[in-house]
Order: sequence, then C-alpha cells, then structure tokens
Amino acid sequence: MSDAVWILGAHMTRFSRYPHLDTIDLAAEAAFGALDDAGVTMADIAVLATGTMYEASGGIAQRLLKQVGQTGVPAYNVANACATGASAVRIAHTHIKAGEAELALAVGVEQMGKVGLLGGDRMARNDAERFEPSGRDGAVVGIEGRLGTLMMPGTFAQAGTDYAHRHGVSREQFAMVAEKNHAHSALNPLSQYRTVFSLDEILAAEMIAYPNTKPMCCPTSDGAAAVVLVSDARLQRMSLEQRRRAVKISASVLTTDPWTESAPVAHDINTLTRRAADQAYEAAGIGPSDLDLVELHDCFATAEVVHYDNLRLCEEGGAADFIEKRAGWRDGPTPVNVSGGLLSKGHPVGATGVANLYEVATHLRGEAGDRQIPDAKVGLAHVIGIGSTCGVHILERSGR
Amino acid sequence: MTEPTVVRVVPMVDYLVLGDAPRLVANACDGCGALYLDRRNGCGRCSGRAFSKQVLGTRGTVVSFTVVHRAAPGVPAPFTSAVVALDGGGVVKANVVDPDGSPRVGVDCGTEVELVTYAVATDGEGTEAVGFGFTPVRAGVGA
Repeated sequence: MSDAVWILGAHMTRFSRYPHLDTIDLAAEAAFGALDDAGVTMADIAVLATGTMYEASGGIAQRLLKQVGQTGVPAYNVANACATGASAVRIAHTHIKAGEAELALAVGVEQMGKVGLLGGDRMARNDAERFEPSGRDGAVVGIEGRLGTLMMPGTFAQAGTDYAHRHGVSREQFAMVAEKNHAHSALNPLSQYRTVFSLDEILAAEMIAYPNTKPMCCPTSDGAAAVVLVSDARLQRMSLEQRRRAVKISASVLTTDPWTESAPVAHDINTLTRRAADQAYEAAGIGPSDLDLVELHDCFATAEVVHYDNLRLCEEGGAADFIEKRAGWRDGPTPVNVSGGLLSKGHPVGATGVANLYEVATHLRGEAGDRQIPDAKVGLAHVIGIGSTCGVHILERSGR
Repeated sequence: MTEPTVVRVVPMVDYLVLGDAPRLVANACDGCGALYLDRRNGCGRCSGRAFSKQVLGTRGTVVSFTVVHRAAPGVPAPFTSAVVALDGGGVVKANVVDPDGSPRVGVDCGTEVELVTYAVATDGEGTEAVGFGFTPVRAGVGA
C-alpha cells in the first residue's frame, strides 16, 4: 500500500455549443459518466469539487448534487480562471491525501456560448460623461487600446513575441503549431472542430493579435469533464478490472506567479509554469524525456510555443527547433495536444483542466481509439489561468 | 456636435505626472526597490509595506509587442501594444504611436522608444484627459 492517488473513472462531453442544455445538464452528464466509468455511485463519493468560472458564485456544486445525488457530502465551488478544472481536481486529490476521503469526484464545466472575444464587454470603450479617477491606477478613461491591451489574445501574443525575440521563432513556426493541433483534432470525436488547415490557410486567415491569426486562437466552448479519484488503499480492495484501468496521479502541482519585473504590467505565464513542471517532475521521479504524451495549455499558438520550453520539452531556447523537427506531432518523440488542444478541441474554461486529464488517462488506458498514442505509459497535463495559476499533473499507467 | 471647450487637463492615469516634462512616477518599495505603477498595500516581492515615489526614465526598449486587429467593442484597431523596459528601471505597457499620438502599426522587439503624451479624450464638462505612448527614437524603425 502507498499513499498514491488514482484516477478510477473519467468522462467528458464532446466540446461543442449546446444552446439547448444548461450548465447542470453538462456537469451531470460528465459526473454520471465518470461514476459509471469508475464502477461506483454517488453514495461512495466522500467529497465533490466543481469548477466553473462563469457560474462560480452560483452554487454549482450544490445544484449538481441536487441532480446526481444529495448525499450531504462536503462540496466546493471552485474558480481559478483557466486553471479552474485542475484546481478542482487538486482539491479532490488533497482530501484523499489527507485521509479525509477514499473516493472523491471532481467536475469541471462551462457554458460560454458564442461570446466573441473573452472579456470584450468589460473592455469595451465607454468613456464617462464626467472624468473621475477610479481603480488602482486612477484611470479617468478606459485604458484598453490606449495603454496597450489587457485582453487575452494580446497577452498571449506578447508572450510569444518576447520569446521569439530572445530565441528566434518565425511567424510560420508559430502557425505550424496550429497546423499540428487542428490536424490532430480530425481524429478526436470529442473535439469541437475537426477541420484540417494548411499552413498557408492559417497564415492567410484573419489576424486577431499579431502573430496569431484566427485558427491560432482557441474558440469559446460549452462542455464538461469529470474524474473520480480513489485512494490506493481503497483501490486495493476493488476488482481486477478497476485496478487494471486505474491511472496513477504521480504528481499534482499548483503554483501561482512570483514577482518578476515585468509581471505588474504583463502577466507572466512562464515562471510559474517552469516551477510547476520542475516540482511535478521531482514528485513523480521522472523527466520530460519519459513523457509519451503532453496536453498543454495552447489557448493561443504562441502559448504552446513558450510552454515547450517552460515544460522542458525542448532545450532551453529551443522551441523553434522542436517545431521544425515536428517533435510534437502524434508520430513524433513528444506528442503534444493529440486531442486537438484548446485550439481545436475547444476551451470551456472550467472544464479544460479536467478534460486534459481525461485525454491523458484515456491514452494510458489504451482506450483512445483512432487517436491512441501506442503503448503510452506516462503523460503530463498542464493548464494556466491568467492572474496567474498553473496546474501540472503527471499520470502513469497502472502496472497491474 | 461641437467639442466642448477644454477648461481643465488631467492625466489619464495617476502615475502619469504632467507638466513641462511629463514623467511616469512609480511606487518604489523601500525594502527591495520593486517598482509598481498602481496603488499598493504592500510589496509582492518582499511583503514590505513602505513605498516612496520614484520618477522613471522617459526612454526604454520594447521587450514584447502585439498588433491588435480584433479589439473590444468601440476600441479603434489596429493598434500596437508594447511592453517597454525603461532605462534606469521600471516596466510599462502602452501603445506605440507617432510623436503626435496617432497609432503606428507594428514595431520590433529591441526598438528604442521614448515617452510622448497627447490628448486622448475630453468629457462633457471640458476636462481633457492626457495619455501617453511610446514612439521610436529613430523615425522609420519598425514601421
């Protein structure tokens, strides 16, 4: 017996747009799916963590319990930007580690609809009739578009041009990342989009925020994902089939951004990812070269490029070389985002950090169908939420 | 519609100090020297609680940029957003503009730039907000 925590069951809805369903419909489908996959019921679950950004103050965990089973267990409503799902999993994980639960359920869900640019309404130009200083910078008018941009496309584009200037990445190389992820998604029936784009089509598409064109930016999405976690002691008492399909969580790490000189004006997505990756590799006792697949937070093509380096998938400064060698393609040495990634699979914010665990676990179980990475034994799932939070999980196939 | 007569001029943000030589003024942590442009309760780097005003340099270097083509509703596009590391310390984000404040499309990382100020808007009572941007020191760079 060890103090390991395992994924016993996992499920995700297809990411899509579901205007005729509500958030609870999606969360319940994922929760029931994960429970069924685990071979347990709500009566077995000792704690629930439900992640959502858009309905974080709406008691979503309690509303979900009213549809799947009001067992009276402690429940948490989790919001942590794009790291929301990973944070919900980490709460479930921590309960088991602490010995407070043997079985825990973590659900991530979001219903975003077709909202256009994330935060666009909040950032819209709407100067007051009478200028009065407000906020922590005493601004008298809206600063978006006047003092640079605070919106997500620009934030992640700037992270890319910074890296490109220091280490050399061409506009074509950034676009090659989107070419890969869209191509991967053609094999994934759970992906919101399954359209293959040529490099020329990606480069010629509408520019959103240089160097990212539209196919280099993730869509908004509706969807949910859930995992059932189990303690090692409880798993030992379960069936051979449950033990065989269980996936070990070898590392579960959450970090926030440390102070850097530029972070007060430009969100740092690098330092906290490097720290999380290093902590995760240390905890799991493995290195980046051991990984059979990686699901990382490609909200924009530029983000995927900097995370090759942050997650140590390439030599320091070597992201362009990693791209040119096609190392991240599904037949390369380090397949990255074989699900299609956020760029094509979609990004229902609260669900993303659970769905990437579903993806990695499904490959480690050998159940990924057409997109299966052969003989996958170890995988890594990464998310980043602006503000900032980074979640890294390392999963390993059961040896039983 | 006629523009209201300007009766008062204010900075767009309070860390811009206007005058004959407009400057950006930061809150510098007394403990570790970390620089911040916003109102502070404490220092994120060292947890210190005391700050002093520090006038920042007017020249610097572009460390990252993007050209925003699809912007928030009502925000004119394209515009160039840049993060600028100022000579002598401090990092600030702003638009890259011509000396008169009109937008420039594109810049290169590493470009030397300098602070410029210009009127951005006037309210219904004639209060004019003056904002700032950065313009390449050598004309024609990064056009």
